[in-house]
Amino acid sequence: MPVAGIDVGSVAAKAVILDELTNNVLAHALVPTGWNPRQAGEDALDRACAQAGVDRPALTRVTGTGYGRIALPFADKTVTEITCHALGAVHLFPGTGVVLDIGGQDSKAIAVDADGSVQDFVMNDKCAAGTGRFLQVLSGILGMDVQALDEAAGRGRPADISSMCAVFAETEIVGLLAQGVSPEDVAAGVFRSLARRMVSLSRRIACRGEYTFTGGLATLPAFVRCLSSELGTTVNVANDPQNTGALGAALIAARLC
Amino acid sequence: MSYPSVERFKDITDRNVLALQEAKQAGVKVVGQYCIYSPLEIALAAGAVPVSLCGTKNDSIPPAESILPRSLCPLIKSSFGFALEDSCPYLAASDIVIADTTCDGKKKMFELLAERKSMFMLQLPQIQNEPALAYWKGQYERLVRELELRFDVVIGVKELRSAIRKANRFRRALKSVLDLAKRKPSPLSGMELMEIAHRASFVPDWDKATELLEDIAREVDASGESPFTASAPRILLTGVPVGLGSHKVVKLLEDCGASVVCLDNCSCYKKVRLMIDENADPLDALASRYLDTPCSVMSPNPNRYVVLENLASEFRADAVVDLTWQGCQTYDVESWSVKRFVREKLHLPFLQIVTDYSPADTEQLKVRVEAFLEMLR
Ligand code: SF4
Ligand code: SF4
Repeated sequence: MPVAGIDVGSVAAKAVILDELTNNVLAHALVPTGWNPRQAGEDALDRACAQAGVDRPALTRVTGTGYGRIALPFADKTVTEITCHALGAVHLFPGTGVVLDIGGQDSKAIAVDADGSVQDFVMNDKCAAGTGRFLQVLSGILGMDVQALDEAAGRGRPADISSMCAVFAETEIVGLLAQGVSPEDVAAGVFRSLARRMVSLSRRIACRGEYTFTGGLATLPAFVRCLSSELGTTVNVANDPQNTGALGAALIAARLC
Repeated sequence: MSYPSVERFKDITDRNVLALQEAKQAGVKVVGQYCIYSPLEIALAAGAVPVSLCGTKNDSIPPAESILPRSLCPLIKSSFGFALEDSCPYLAASDIVIADTTCDGKKKMFELLAERKSMFMLQLPQIQNEPALAYWKGQYERLVRELELRFDVVIGVKELRSAIRKANRFRRALKSVLDLAKRKPSPLSGMELMEIAHRASFVPDWDKATELLEDIAREVDASGESPFTASAPRILLTGVPVGLGSHKVVKLLEDCGASVVCLDNCSCYKKVRLMIDENADPLDALASRYLDTPCSVMSPNPNRYVVLENLASEFRADAVVDLTWQGCQTYDVESWSVKRFVREKLHLPFLQIVTDYSPADTEQLKVRVEAFLEMLR
């Protein structure tokens, strides 16, 4: 019997359909959240259902997560993204001890047990310079989309970005460009600053085991390299890292049987 | 859950301001106090009424920010805003305000407050040892002389002893209410514990307040009811002071299904932790008991850990939440050591929440709180 997990984040809504007996992923889908989290959740679920060839009423259970979880009236249960990312990451990489996630509005480091249960976590949602928002700011200034930024950063030598705040960093970036620093070096500098923030956030929890990096930024190879080098160890990255939260939610839906 | 004794207490404390004004008209002096290092007993021994002035409301913060830096702790800004706008009836009623040199932000704020209010500063040492105690007793002697002069009274051993007995009775009564939460499940919510402690700090008639609290303890104890199920996670909340208006984290924890069983802060349980020796030299007894308060302004602050360990076991806590007001450096830095202690020595889950009085971050805090409670299940 199929079950579903939906993760409505600030940037994208993700849905994963799972076979509740085998825990095999039958389908997954991602749509931009836009201004209507409820509609985005519905759309993601419909698309995933269509792909899996499953009718929505055939789903035995649906679990919602993400900041838009309260906007999902059709979910049987809602669970926070912390719990879901932990479960999803450990399911994909059983050696995971720490889950790192950089979202559009917040970033988090989660210490997990072998069964995926959360031991401790820290979140940053106060400062945009530690979240995906920082890259949106950069992409606005440089007029590049995030993929292009990643390619540019991969070629650059990191410029020093000292500002502790995304708003001031914006001024600093404009200043650097005016001084003739190349967009590649600026992009590499922003990546490094973001990665360092993530590393210092994660140091606030007891870290052991492997690191698994989830969320949209994990699709950017240059950023993953940068994060690994700042951490001093390689991080696990799944094929569709944005779906980790939805996968965790689907695993909870499957467990409820 | 509604208990007639709690309702009566709320009813009577709703009229705290009125009662205070009546007392003032009858010639009673009012002593405003900001911090629990300021002894209640010296004011009581002077025949005055001590009232708590600690700022717990968000409304008074914007006016304060016209002078104070925005990055300051909300408690300091809220307290100062009330003074600027003259909007706190207790502050307005105070004939003198006693304040302590605790954290940096507060003591610099008090310099500004002194331009508007008649103040008396107690110079608080930041360590708890013999020389500090001798010095602290000297500060209390200064305060005794000041109040004797101002109010034209004599504050001798007899007056101090009787004040100590009065305050002990009150503390015992409040403690017996707060200790009801040791029961599993607790018969009172954390919100109720917080509100009762908050309201009790403004009652002009101490004997009356003591009686009302004793009634609550008796009635609630006999009832055996509880707003919680036995499985609600029991939270020991530690850290900064919390009162009506700055209660959002207590409410959030309980809205998400937890039961806050003890508020280990100076607005609640720290007030009743220790009784004062009624037979020793009064000023010695007062100085040593108050200096012993485990606030993060002390360096080091060893009692904080002793108290946490005791409270966690007495109240059978399932987890510890450490609340830090944004801009409070001492509690924020100390949170790291508290976390280590709670996780490694008490083997309990720990969560620090850093926030201010405004509701702006409620949704973000909710994610943390829900995830933390999911972790406990
Ligand atoms: S937190 Fe410390 S300094 Fe602040 S009011 Fe309480 S005891 Fe005084
Ligand atoms: S909460 Fe911290 S910063 Fe605020 S008044 Fe108390 S000790 Fe000072």
